[in-house]
Amino acid sequence: MKRDKVIGAILLVVALSAISGLALITVFIFREGVPIILRVGPRQFFLSTDWDPSLGHFGILSMMVGSLFVTVGAAVIGVVFSLSLAIVLTQFAPPVLAAALKPVIELLAGIPSVVYGFVGVVTLVPLIRHWLGGPGLSVLAASIVLGVMILPTITSIAIDALEAVPRTYLEGSIALGATRWQTVTMVLLRAARSGLVAAVILGMGRAIGETMAVIMVAGNALDVPRSLLAPVRTLTSNIALEMGYASGDHRQALFATGVTLFVIITILNTAALAVSRQRSGKRHAR
Amino acid sequence: MKVSPVTTQRIAVGFMWMLTGITLAVLVFILAFILVHGLPHVTWTFLTQSPSSMGREGGIFPMILGTFLVAGLAVLLAAPIGVATAVYLSEYTREGRLTLVIRFGADCLSGVPSIIFGLFGFVFFAITLGMGLSVLSGSLTLALMVLPTIIRTSEEAIRAVPTSYREVSLGLGGTRWQTVFYVVLRSALPGISTGIVLSLGRSISETAAVMLTAGSALRLPRSLFDSSRTLALHFYLLSREGISMPNAYATASVLIIAILALNLLAYSLMRRFAVKATR
Repeated sequence: MKRDKVIGAILLVVALSAISGLALITVFIFREGVPIILRVGPRQFFLSTDWDPSLGHFGILSMMVGSLFVTVGAAVIGVVFSLSLAIVLTQFAPPVLAAALKPVIELLAGIPSVVYGFVGVVTLVPLIRHWLGGPGLSVLAASIVLGVMILPTITSIAIDALEAVPRTYLEGSIALGATRWQTVTMVLLRAARSGLVAAVILGMGRAIGETMAVIMVAGNALDVPRSLLAPVRTLTSNIALEMGYASGDHRQALFATGVTLFVIITILNTAALAVSRQRSGKRHAR
Repeated sequence: MKVSPVTTQRIAVGFMWMLTGITLAVLVFILAFILVHGLPHVTWTFLTQSPSSMGREGGIFPMILGTFLVAGLAVLLAAPIGVATAVYLSEYTREGRLTLVIRFGADCLSGVPSIIFGLFGFVFFAITLGMGLSVLSGSLTLALMVLPTIIRTSEEAIRAVPTSYREVSLGLGGTRWQTVFYVVLRSALPGISTGIVLSLGRSISETAAVMLTAGSALRLPRSLFDSSRTLALHFYLLSREGISMPNAYATASVLIIAILALNLLAYSLMRRFAVKATR
């Protein structure tokens, strides 16, 4: 019995490692990044589009806008495809096919992001350049590549949300004479709404945090993009592109870029968590 | 004109099937594109030789070893911690404030982007702890990154073990620890291994975090404190800097085959798990 208590205590200490890791990450990123934001002035840092480390100009507005554009673009593409996949797999596909397709979608999640970026740059970018004009390396290219990359995340969470809807709801709707499609739009999607919202938010978090694929297809120009076909630099690519040779203030400014990203992601994740908790709360109340 | 509900259904479902088809086509295209261009260049010498002139010539042996070391060590470090956390959460405590905090930590950690892990690993392991850009810094960083995945999959697997198993073990006079170790963990093993295998895949695929922590040295790592370039980073540098397209495709093919093999392994483990659970 005593031995069991000791083991329990050891397990508790080990179990705290995830939260300790998170705390360490927060402390170290903020300690490196926040001083430079204060020195440059938050207004200058967040609201200026002038990023020129050699002159000591650190303004990340264009990258924040860039990240926003690319993330929204990816979410639009990701949501349309993921929702279709989730609905088809849970409602319309024969069970055997659905069971076979799920691991295939997981495989899509396993492909390294550099591979997505590479295939994007050698196939998609020339297509955009040829048919739509511009340099090809663009917001559009980045959105499409990211949209495909976040597809497995959104799909698998959306499938969970759809499968959690009680069968009786669907049977009720069918029994009232609705078609299966009417049941999907009027009952299924509404009942699963909060889970689907959480799926989309988490997918957006994935998109905004993705680095290597975006560097390869987005063009990385420092201006605020004026169209879908303009090149763009995101917060993540700014860090990865310049970290290799940065030092002093410049390096701190990259950590400050990281702080910004960290805060945005934390807000997104908290929102997703809150939405899905709301859902489980509702289920308990029933 | 009013379209009948049945026609609407036909159009909508047809459209969604089309999108499903496109998704699958994209997946097949990506895999085929890399393998068709790359596999012809994957030869025995390519796999066993060191690169020369920045990777333009020669093979990728140091990167294979580097990937193996960085990713393998990461999973080796994260697996025991992750499984122990899952055991604690599901077997050793009641739901309460403490489990909420632990879960919140794991949830948040799983949302942190890899480039942030890279920045953290760089400033904490490489600089503050003085490990430099090295295999060890890289694997510690990756271990932290895959930890939430291992915790979640292990906890799911452990919770899927029927309560009756535990009752029998306790009823036979087993202690709590004996029950966990000999009964619960044993039945949950396929599920736990699935999570570990998938984490290994994720470690192998990772680029951004590894770039900032393990560095990009081309030579063979001789100790854990040596810098080492992983396959994913090598592929990135080859293609981005236009050093050698054939070698880039070949490196990507090796990477893809590794990922395919790991996913297949994870899938077969999961199936064994599913078969057991239905019995």
